[in-house]
Amino acid sequence: MDQRPNIVLHVDDVFKSFGGLHALSDIDLQVEEGKTHAIIGPNGAGKSTLLNVIIGRIPPSRGAVVFDGTILTGKKPHEINQLGVVRVFQTPEIFPDLSVLQNVMTPAFAKRDGAFRVALARPLERETGIRDEALHMLEDVGLVDRREVHAGALSRGDKRRLELAMCLIQKPRLLLLDEPTAGMSRHDTNTTIELLKKIKSRGMTKVIIEHDMHVVFSLADKISVLAGGRIIAEGLPSEVRGDPRVQEAYLGGEHA
Amino acid sequence: MDILVLPRKDLIVFICFAVVVLAMPIWLTPFGAAYPGLMQKFVIFALFAVGYNILFGLTGYLSFGHAAFLGVGSYTAVWSFKLLTMDVLPALVLAVVLSGIFSLAIGYVSLRRSGIYFSILTLAFAQMCYNLAYSVLTPITNGETSLQLSRLDARVVDAAFGVVRGERLPSPSLFGVELGGHAGFYLCAVVLLVAFFVAQKVFNSPFGMMLKAIKSNQTRMSYTGFNTRPYALAAFVISGMYAGLAGGLLAVTDPLAGAERMQWTASGEVVLMTILGGVGTLIGPVIGAWLIKYLENIFSAFNDAMLHRTFSFLPDGLQDGVVAVASKFVGEGWHLTLGLVFMLVVIFLPGGIMEGARRIRMAFGQRSGSAPQTKPDPVPAE
Ligand SMILES: Nc1ncnc2c1ncn2[C@@H]1O[C@H](COP(=O)(O)OP(=O)(O)OP(=O)(O)O)[C@@H](O)[C@H]1O
Ligand SMILES: [Mg+2]
Repeated sequence: MDQRPNIVLHVDDVFKSFGGLHALSDIDLQVEEGKTHAIIGPNGAGKSTLLNVIIGRIPPSRGAVVFDGTILTGKKPHEINQLGVVRVFQTPEIFPDLSVLQNVMTPAFAKRDGAFRVALARPLERETGIRDEALHMLEDVGLVDRREVHAGALSRGDKRRLELAMCLIQKPRLLLLDEPTAGMSRHDTNTTIELLKKIKSRGMTKVIIEHDMHVVFSLADKISVLAGGRIIAEGLPSEVRGDPRVQEAYLGGEHA
Repeated sequence: MDILVLPRKDLIVFICFAVVVLAMPIWLTPFGAAYPGLMQKFVIFALFAVGYNILFGLTGYLSFGHAAFLGVGSYTAVWSFKLLTMDVLPALVLAVVLSGIFSLAIGYVSLRRSGIYFSILTLAFAQMCYNLAYSVLTPITNGETSLQLSRLDARVVDAAFGVVRGERLPSPSLFGVELGGHAGFYLCAVVLLVAFFVAQKVFNSPFGMMLKAIKSNQTRMSYTGFNTRPYALAAFVISGMYAGLAGGLLAVTDPLAGAERMQWTASGEVVLMTILGGVGTLIGPVIGAWLIKYLENIFSAFNDAMLHRTFSFLPDGLQDGVVAVASKFVGEGWHLTLGLVFMLVVIFLPGGIMEGARRIRMAFGQRSGSAPQTKPDPVPAE
């Protein structure tokens, strides 16, 4: 039997510069299937840029991203999503003019019907399958009481939870999370950690960016530390925690 | 069957709407507007606006060129009368098909851009159609003289069925029944009802929700796995087909097609109707269309003599002054009035008449528990 870990996401020698600024240099990353891989680092380290490259929002200046044997680089966002790669953004991206329930139903349709389908015959009301699924999801993130509210009227923390629900309902194979608990209360943060732990047992691969070390150490199987656009350390949480370079980069970055 | 099902609330709306439309000859009498020519206009432009709203109201793409499809519909219908038959069924079907093809082509190109660039592209295309109709395409459009019926037209289908050419011009008919006056109105009314039903289906369907989601956050839409462009294109083509159908009906009620139907003012008018009534609501565009066509009917008919009579209670000198000013706003100048009304609505009632109705209902304390179709409560910036 093959005992080697199954790598689902390869980030291969990626560079990205904005004008003269090297936002990412020489990034190599391997993410193992079913594991949670945390990326930490000071502000401006290039963490969000890395996710943007993976998800196809910005093209890398060099290098490529491969997901499960498919090259993502150059694909359109919706194609990448349809492959099962889904992202939670740093500033929540939701549908502010739709109800909370519709926000969660919409991605379920993308999963069921694909990238384009003119579904006219059956009224939304009769899509009971998708509706129930969405209600279930809302229950999981604790927003079910607010299902008829316009999503734009939610608090920032609630918007985050909503976006998480929108991503989770698609049962992604790879979930990218950009600071999923920023702006949440301690209580909501803990609920979110519990939720993310629960889906961990369902075998979903996750890449998570987080500043909150409590969140990182309760979820991560592996940690990469990014500073100045480079990976300066990588390893198990216990290894990274003690690494002097990490403490320097972090403390230097946070308190500079 | 799902396809004929509407949620209860919408079914009630549909029934009320049907009653209002079919009873037009009754309730318009006190307004002095219950004659077929005007009622046909009401119905046809309501149809145009309802279709336009499927694009603008749901996806937020503001097209400034939909009159082009109206024109295509009219020309197609008249050609169908000339070449095939005076029966309106083929004329309307062909009008819808052809305007659908046109809107597919124009939409395909225009939707490569969004926002103001999209609007300008559609405007440019429509003006191109308008100019072509007056120049290169005169063999098809008959230029400034307008495309008209002639006694000598081929009408191959009619000929094959042994319809003899009469002394006078034939008029459009449905299964042999001539569609003059009220019959013409009722045909248009039934077509409007069917089209309204389809629009309700669109609004209630998953497809409609996708279109609203595109308007709400196109970025999220793509990262959610939707290819947004074909969605917008589908909405564009559907609304283009509505415009073509409206154009076809215009030709049915008066078998004549001129290029002025495609002018940018005509495209602008449907935008006004939609905004005036209430963007993104089902009934709003209908009310907007009726109001504008009614006001047009009144204001454009005014002349100086009538103004003098209206203001005859004023002293002579003052009367001349008032009439001089007022005359700028009537007759040919009625668009000035329209512009003013439009400005007032946009400034004081951005949600249009439907928003006004909602506010009035709220003021009377009849908060309905239903989810409002209008804007959500404003959220303070973070
Ligand atoms: N689209 C862009 N154009 C130009 N510069 C950019 C762009 N996106 C990011 N940058 C720059 O790249 C650097 C890395 O930004 P990035 O958003 O990836 O940091 P981050 O690690 O996510 O930081 P934070 O913790 O604050 O979210 C920053 O200096 C930022 O200003
Ligand atoms: Mg970031």
